[in-house]
Amino acid sequence: MTALEAQNLIVQEFSGYDDWEDKYRHIIKLGKDIPPMSDELHTEDNKVRGCQSQVWLHAEFNDGKVVFQGDSDAAIVKGLVALALRVYSHQTPQDIIATQPDFIQKIGLDTHLSPNRTNGFASMIKKIKTYGIAFSLLQQQA
Amino acid sequence: MSFDVKAIRRDFPILNETVHGKPLVYLDNAATTQKPQAVIDTIVDYYTHTNSNVHRGIHTLSQLATNQAENARHIVQKFLNAREDREIIFVRGCTEAMNLVAHSYGALHVNEGDEIIISAQEHHSNIVPWQMLCEEKKALLRIIPINDAGELLLDEYAKLLNERTKLVSVVHVSNTLGTINPIKEITAMAHKYGIPVFVDGAQAVAHFAVDVQDLDVDFYTFSGHKLYAPTGIGVLYGKAEWLEKMPPYHGGGAMIRSVSFEKTTYNELPFKFEAGTPHIEGVIALGAAIEYVWSIGLETISKYEDELLRYGTEQLSQIEGLRIIGTAAHKAGVLSFALADIHPHDVGTILDNDGIAIRTGHHCTQPLMERFGVPALNRASFAFYNTKEEIDALAAGLRKVVRMFVN
Repeated sequence: MTALEAQNLIVQEFSGYDDWEDKYRHIIKLGKDIPPMSDELHTEDNKVRGCQSQVWLHAEFNDGKVVFQGDSDAAIVKGLVALALRVYSHQTPQDIIATQPDFIQKIGLDTHLSPNRTNGFASMIKKIKTYGIAFSLLQQQA
Repeated sequence: MSFDVKAIRRDFPILNETVHGKPLVYLDNAATTQKPQAVIDTIVDYYTHTNSNVHRGIHTLSQLATNQAENARHIVQKFLNAREDREIIFVRGCTEAMNLVAHSYGALHVNEGDEIIISAQEHHSNIVPWQMLCEEKKALLRIIPINDAGELLLDEYAKLLNERTKLVSVVHVSNTLGTINPIKEITAMAHKYGIPVFVDGAQAVAHFAVDVQDLDVDFYTFSGHKLYAPTGIGVLYGKAEWLEKMPPYHGGGAMIRSVSFEKTTYNELPFKFEAGTPHIEGVIALGAAIEYVWSIGLETISKYEDELLRYGTEQLSQIEGLRIIGTAAHKAGVLSFALADIHPHDVGTILDNDGIAIRTGHHCTQPLMERFGVPALNRASFAFYNTKEEIDALAAGLRKVVRMFVN
C-alpha cells in the first residue's frame, strides 16, 4: 500500500465519526494499540523536540523501505503518531518525500499541525520527511 | 462601587468569541490578559489622530505624542507609587528588564566569587539572565528553596545572605504556584547587608496594589500585556540612585546627550535606558489600561479574584485524581494541578474542544516541575472578568477528560 492509499483509508475510517469526542476516543485507542517502543530506543537522539509532550521517532532503512517506530507520553499525540506511522512507515523514501500529511486536515485535526512551538506532532512530521530525504540521498550514493 | 461582572465582560469584546462553536472560556490570564475596549480604542485613536515620533519634533503631533507618552509614565509612577517619573523605564517586558539589570547592574557590581540569590520559584526569565551573568563574571547563583506548599523558606534565605551577595532577585507572585512572596520581609533582610533587591511583578500587579516605596525594593518589573495592555510594553522601576550609577544597556538614539566619534555623553534618566524609538502606542495604551484598572479599583479586583480562586480550588478539589500544586497560605490568580496521570497536553486538547483555554506545559519553570515531580502541569488563571459559571465549565470539562482517559 502506498502512503497515499494509507491516507485515504484513514480518512474513510474517520468519516464515521461526527462527534469530536468519539473521534478523540478512537485516536486514543489507536495510540494504545501501537506496539510498544523498546526502552533503548527512547534516546535523546530519537526525541522530537516539542515543548509540551515528548515524542520519540526511530527510523531504520530495510530493503528500500523506511521503517518507523514512534511513541509519546501524551495519549492523543501517541494516537496521531500511530496514524503517521500507518501512512509513512514501510514506504520508500521517494513516497515519503512526495506525500503530504493531508489526512490530518481531512479528519479535522489540523490544529495539531499548527506551527505552535508547543507542538511535538508537527515536528515529528518534519522529522519523518527529513528521514525520507536522508535515506533517498543514501540510496543515490550507493 | 459594586462589582458587576456582566457589565465588566461587555468591556472586553474578545469574550464574545466562540471556539469550536462553544463560548470562549478564557482561563489563561497568567499567560496574557485580554484587552478592554478602552485600550483597543486608545491604540486606534493614537494611529488615527496622533502618530508621530516622541521627544524629537517641534511639530504639533510630535508634541502631542510626547505628552501622551510622558503622561503614561506619570500614570505608571502613581501606579507603583514610585518617587519620581524618571524612575520608570519603559522596556519590552519583564524579560528585557531582567536582562537590562543583569547587564547594567552586573557590569559594575558583580565580580568573580560574588553571589546572586534567586528563588526556586523563578520563571526562566529570572534565571537565565543571572546564569549568563554568573558565567561571564565567574559568580555564583544561589537558590532559595521552597516547602511542599510552594512557599519560600526564609530561614534558608537568611543563611544564603552574606557579604559576597550582590543582588537578590525574586518573583512577587509565582506564575506556576500562585504563591505571594513576603517581599517586604525579603527586602528588609537583604538591606541589612546593603544588598539591593529586584522583584519580578509580572503576576502581581494585575491582582493587587503594589507600592514600591512601602516594599522598599530597589528594582521592580512588570509586563503590560498581563495587565490588560498590549504586548511588547513593560516597565522597569528602579530607585534613581541605582539607575543613575548604572551604565546604559543599549546604545542608540534618544539615550544620548551628545555624540561625536571621540566621545558620547548619555542622556539623563529615564532616557539613558530607552534607546531608539519606543513602543509609543504601547506606552500610551499601558496608561489607558492602568486607568481602566483604577476605574474598577484594585481592592475590588483583589476581593473578587480571591473569591474566584477560593471557589475554583474548592470545585477542582472535588474531582477525583486531581492534585493541586501550590497550596501556599497566600496565593493570587493561579490554580495549577495535575490530573491523575493524564498528560496536560491531553487535558488541554480536550478542554480546547469545549472552548476552554488553560495553560498546559512546563510554564517556563522547569526547575519547579522537577521539584514537584511532574513533567508538565495544567494551569487555570483568573482575571476579574471570569465567572463562577466558567469555573463550573472547567470542572465539567475536567470530569469529561477523566472519563475519556481513565479506564
